[in-house]
Parts: sequence; structure tokens; C-alpha cells
Amino acid sequence: MAEYVAGGESPEVLFWVGCAGSFDQRAQRITKAFAQILDKVGVKFAILGKEEMCTGDPARRAGNEFLFQMMAYNNIQTLNSYSVKKIVTACPHCFNIIKNEYPALGGTYEVIHHTTFLQQLINDGRVKLKGGGEFKGKKITYHDSCYLGRGNGIYEAPREVLQALDVELVEMKRCRTNGLCCGAGGAQMFKEEEPGNTRVNFDRSTEALETGATIIAANCPFCTTMLTDGVKNKEKEDSVAVLDIAEMVARSLAD
Amino acid sequence: MQLIQQIAFIILAGISIYLFAKKIGEIRRNIKLGRDEDLNDNPGQRWKNMILLALGQQKMFKKPLPAFLHLAVYAGFIIINIEILEILLDGILGQHRLFAGPLGGMYALLIGFFEILAVLVLVSCVIFLARRNITKVRRLNLKELNGWPRNDANIILITEIILMSLFLTMNTADLVLQGRNAEHYTVTSQFWISGNFTSLFENLSNGTLIAIERTGWWLHIIGVLIFMNYLPYSKHFHIILAFPNAYYMRLKPQGEMKNMKEIQNEVLYMMQPELAPAAPTDGSQPAQQRFGAKDVMDLSWKNLLDAYSCTECGRCTAACPANLTGKALSPRKIMMDTRDRLEEVGENINKNKTFHDDGKSLVHDYITVEELRACTTCQACVEACPVGIEPLDIIQQLRRYLVMEESNSPQEWNLMFGNVENNMAPWKFSPDERDKWAEELNAQA
Repeated sequence: MAEYVAGGESPEVLFWVGCAGSFDQRAQRITKAFAQILDKVGVKFAILGKEEMCTGDPARRAGNEFLFQMMAYNNIQTLNSYSVKKIVTACPHCFNIIKNEYPALGGTYEVIHHTTFLQQLINDGRVKLKGGGEFKGKKITYHDSCYLGRGNGIYEAPREVLQALDVELVEMKRCRTNGLCCGAGGAQMFKEEEPGNTRVNFDRSTEALETGATIIAANCPFCTTMLTDGVKNKEKEDSVAVLDIAEMVARSLAD
Repeated sequence: MQLIQQIAFIILAGISIYLFAKKIGEIRRNIKLGRDEDLNDNPGQRWKNMILLALGQQKMFKKPLPAFLHLAVYAGFIIINIEILEILLDGILGQHRLFAGPLGGMYALLIGFFEILAVLVLVSCVIFLARRNITKVRRLNLKELNGWPRNDANIILITEIILMSLFLTMNTADLVLQGRNAEHYTVTSQFWISGNFTSLFENLSNGTLIAIERTGWWLHIIGVLIFMNYLPYSKHFHIILAFPNAYYMRLKPQGEMKNMKEIQNEVLYMMQPELAPAAPTDGSQPAQQRFGAKDVMDLSWKNLLDAYSCTECGRCTAACPANLTGKALSPRKIMMDTRDRLEEVGENINKNKTFHDDGKSLVHDYITVEELRACTTCQACVEACPVGIEPLDIIQQLRRYLVMEESNSPQEWNLMFGNVENNMAPWKFSPDERDKWAEELNAQA
């Protein structure tokens, strides 16, 4: 972002990468896939780079409002100093908190989740997909993340992207408003689960595997991790893949 | 005889209405113990929510069978109450079937329609009893319902069955008496349901029939008055509070957490001290509010209204990922605990005029830390509630109290907080590596 400003230019959109997308090895692949798509179709985008900080989401959900407010303050200062107008992010937690919770603190932006952004790029003809790509006709199930689905009512955009890839979409019994959590939200990602008889991600992955799908499509780096672990637990990692929608689009771009 | 009945009726109805109003006043006072929250914006949307959710029961229809049965009981309850109006007036004025004259031929049709509803209510309540006690639907048999909550549910269903049976018995006896041109019994046409059962009573004398009819009438109206007074002590209170609760329900996206303005300001003044207001010159300290919620008084009035509106159906718990995987958390229990604690606080105030510290609080004494820590904030409970209750909002406020007032968080969370604070990410990575992926990507290209 600093380079754009130094060059007197402004990007079309700021790509908010998020901590998982920046540091987690699995999620980095999603970040790279999404960045490659943007490059390929010529979307001028910037990142904050080292100036980006955790949005404060896990702290706030755990109950640490002080820490959240400090992170939010710093991020809003940075974003406002660059006069950022439009933000796209591949993490529904970052999406929710910047879109819904930053405005009360003085940070108001147009915030788009990457699946919605991809759907728009496909609709506008900017992203061109190869006919008969690798996912054509494949049985694929889609996992609604809580903060994109119930949290913000976005159910159709990710599904429309999957339709554009010509997949055979099979829904799980609990989908859309009834979708079951992957188990990571509310800062659970950062601690051991409380005592119970199974893990939430095992329950959800079992449901996904029962559809007979060979790919579980996700829209959140935390869901991706949780579901991958769940698939491994069932020893199905050789036959079933958990992929972010951006990864699927990146692999299906027309040459 | 007639006059004694009239006087007895007026006294009975008067006492019932007085007691009911008194209890409603207490509940209103209890709800107002909560913190302020302005929920008067966007009245258009709020009226719409009330009509769709409370009147139209929109969210119930996610489960069609219970939704249909519930609608039958609800419609029966509301519509048969028109008949209660006649019963009340008859009781006060010493009349019998006051509306039969003015309504003419319509009257028998109307009562016939009520009778059909009464049968629907009766059948539905029998099926509901079976679902609770024989087929044992999971959400209706979880451990938080043991004891009073389960009895409460069964009492409600059995009472409704009894009330409907009395209504039908009374009408049957009435029809036979009409057929014999008994004095005082206004002649109407046959009623649709009770008209089929008159042969059962044909062999009885007029005196016996009048006794049956009068007993049916009295027990029915006494039952209704008792039931009215039972409501505010029961989960069944939702038949009233579902309406205001749906009106005041959340309009913002479900993912949005409430902001804490006081902490926002504290951070702002820390970062930009020049913005901090001058300290009061008289040396007085502004009243410090507790961070988060330890007890019911720290919650908002809407959380407390939620607690009184909950009918313990358990749709929230049935959708909760933590509960489904055997964790201690049940969103329904959060609502039941909040109400139980609030009632306890209310009793305390009734006794002492103001609340005297009883050494107890909602967190720890009612809701455990383990329950609170199991929540994934997935909002499935909020989405599932047919009347717009938000267990999640309470959970989050209790969590804020635990972390900010008690420093009570698991070690892993403390590490995560430390990482966020020092490395600007929840994991222990160097902030310098945040854009390493981009360098790698550029190198590839």
C-alpha cells in the first residue's frame, strides 16, 4: 500500500490478508491463489504488508475487549491514513469484524469477502474459466462458514462460483442457515476443546464425507484447517480434498 | 342461587386479575434491572418481525410437524378466548349464552368452529405429551429439563387438555338441556362436535345435567383464571412475551458483537491523551461500571426480556455444535439460568425493598466457566430461536467479565493474547514475515 501511495496511485482494492492467510502454511496457499487470480485478471490491488495487524477478532470473541480495541485502533489509523475505500479479504472473521464492528470505531469501508468478489469478477467476465476444467462434473460439497453465512447472510455467492466451475454441488443436511460450525470460531482455534464426546470438526467432517463428495469447498482458512484435520481423522485424506473456493478458481482459470 | 354465583364469580375474577397484574409488575421491574439499551430504531422493520415471527410463527416452520401442531394449539388458544369473553360476561351479568340472541344462526356456527379448534388443541396436546414422555425427542429430554421444567411442560399440556374437555362436556350437557327446553338454557342449533355426543347424556335427569353443565362452566373458567396466574411463573409466559421480544429483536447482522464504548474511549485516551476529558475538579470519581456481566443486573434489559420469553423448546441447544458434541454448554440452559437468577434477585428485592447482596452471581453459581468456554460463537442458537432470543449475547458478556475482571482465561488464550499484543498475530510469528508469502510469489513469477 505504501508503494502505491508513494507512486501517487491508488489501487482498485486493498487485499486484507489476515493472520492465517499470512502465516499459516496451509492458508498461505489460499492467499497466493487469490493473489494470482487478481494478478491474472489485472485487478490493481495492494496489501498493507508488515503494517497489517490482527483485527482483534480472537481477542474480542474470547472476552478481551481491551486488546481488541487496541488492535482495532491501530488498524483503523493505518487504513484511514491510506484513505482506504474498499477492502477484500479471504477470511470471514476479518470480513465480519471490519465490515460490522470497525465502523463504530471510526473505520468505515466497503468490505467484500473474496467469494463475493470472485463471483462479481466471473459475472463481469473479468475472470474467464476454462470450459471443462478439472472440477467439471465432480461431486463437491460446500461448507458455510458461520461468519459469512449466519453472521452476514451470504450463502449464494460462493455457491454461484462453484456453479460456474460446473461442479455437481451436493449439499450437506445442515447447510445455509442450519450449517454446522467447524469448531474453530469464538477463539476455540487457539485452545483445546472443552471436554465432550467428540470434536466439532470430526462431527462436521463426517457429515461432509457422508455426501460422497470428493472435494469439500470452504471459504475460511480456519474452516479449511479444521475440516482437513477431520478428514484425516477419518483417514480419507487421499480421496477427499478440502479446498478454498479461491484455490479452485485459480486452478480453473482459462489460459 | 343465581346472585351468589354472580358475586362469587366477580370476586374470583377480581382476585385473579389483581394477582396477575401484581406479578406482571414485578416482572417488569425485574427486566428493568438490566442495563439500558436503545432498541427503538426502525419501527417498520420491528413491526414486521413481530408479525412474521410472533404472530406468523415463521421460524417454527423449519420443523413442519411441531409447527403445525403448535399453530393449532396457538390458534385454538387465541380464538377460543373470544368464547372466554362471553363466559366472563355471562358470569358477571348472570346470563347464559349472552351472544346467542344477537348472533342468531351465526352463534351455533361460531361455537361449532370453536369446538373444532378445541378438538385440534386437545389432539395436539396429546401428541406433544407423547413427544415429551414416550418418543423422547432429544431436545425435550436433556438434563437441564429435569425436575420443575419437565413438570411445567406437562402441567401446561394436561391443563389445556382438561380445559378443552370441560368446554366440550359443558356444551354437550347444554345441548341436551336445550333439547328438553330446560329453563334458562337458550335454544341454539346443534354444535358441530358436542352435537354428536348428546346420546351419552340422554338418560340423565335435568338436575344431573345442570350440575354437569354448571361444574363444566365453573371449572373451565376457574381453570382459565388459574392458568392466567400460572403463566408468569411458567415457561408458557412466551405466549405473551414472544410479541415484545420479536419486536425488540436484533436488526444488525448476527455476526456483529456489541461495542464497549467505555473501553473504546479508554484506549483512545491512552493513544491520544489530548482527547481525554479533564478530570472533574470536585475530585469525584465517575461511577465505574463492571466490565462485562457477572450477574443479571449487568446484562441489558433485552437479555432479561429474552430470559422471560424463553419457552425452553431447545431449538437453540439442538443446533449448538458444542452441545451436539457432548460439551457442558446448552444455550437453553443459559436462558433458564438467567431467568432463575433474575427471579431470585426479584424475590430478594420483594423481601428487602432493594437488592441485598446474597453472595451469589449468574456466573459461577448458575453458569459455569466450562459452559462459557465451550461456545464457538457460531450463532446457530440465535438463528434457531423462533422468537428472537440471543443466548450468545449473554455468553459473550459473561466471557468479557471472566477475562477482564477475573483474568480467568485458559493458559492457551493468555498465550494467544500475548502473541496478538506483541507479534500482532495470534501465533508466535515475527511481524516481519507477514508478507513473506508475497515475496515467495514474486520469486515464483
